[in-house]
Amino acid sequence: MPRVVGVDIPNDKRLDVAMTYIFGVGRTTASRVCVELEFDPGMKARDLTEEQITNLAHHLEKNYEVEGQLRRNVAASIGRLRDIGSYRGLRHRRGLPVRGQRTKTNARGRKGAKKTVAGKKSVKGMK
Amino acid sequence: MGRSIKKGPYIDVKLAAKVARLSETGGREPIRTWARASTIPPDFVGHTFLVHNGNKHIKVFVTEDMVGHKLGEFAPTRTFRGHTNKKEGMRTSR
Repeated sequence: MPRVVGVDIPNDKRLDVAMTYIFGVGRTTASRVCVELEFDPGMKARDLTEEQITNLAHHLEKNYEVEGQLRRNVAASIGRLRDIGSYRGLRHRRGLPVRGQRTKTNARGRKGAKKTVAGKKSVKGMK
Repeated sequence: MGRSIKKGPYIDVKLAAKVARLSETGGREPIRTWARASTIPPDFVGHTFLVHNGNKHIKVFVTEDMVGHKLGEFAPTRTFRGHTNKKEGMRTSR
């Protein structure tokens, strides 16, 4: 299996899909890269030649922000929000939704699995 | 939806004027304001504001990183001290 930009080992899927295994590359970026490098998006990742792999890796590193670099930047942006004491930073610190979503129900992605509170009245009991 | 680029950022006119006046004299005393919606332009850096949170004014010292954010983002409007525990909750609700 070919290795591109560090740890990523896309398997024997179509190239435009295989590339999405790289953090920071989705379908849009993948198709764009295929055009830029004149790769056939339908070819299997396993059929890439050594040269093509090096080209791809170079291209991604030069023109796009992927993997470690992208992760670092995201973390730094969040860190900045935390440090300046902004409302958004506060929400990040508390692990609550940042963009004004409701928290009475849902928001499970941010709050994690449900923590049952003993003695809390059920929805039925509230009526 | 974000604000139209055409209009530029919303900066409270009176507040900006006050900051400009203060910068000229080199004054650094806190400015009391209710203009939570005002964006922080670069010339606010280094000033201290007392931003209203609906109850009282919260001291906000503007640093370079805060440019582009709004004053209100730094003065939280809600107090949440956690949920009551079971026994206490029963007592207060009954």
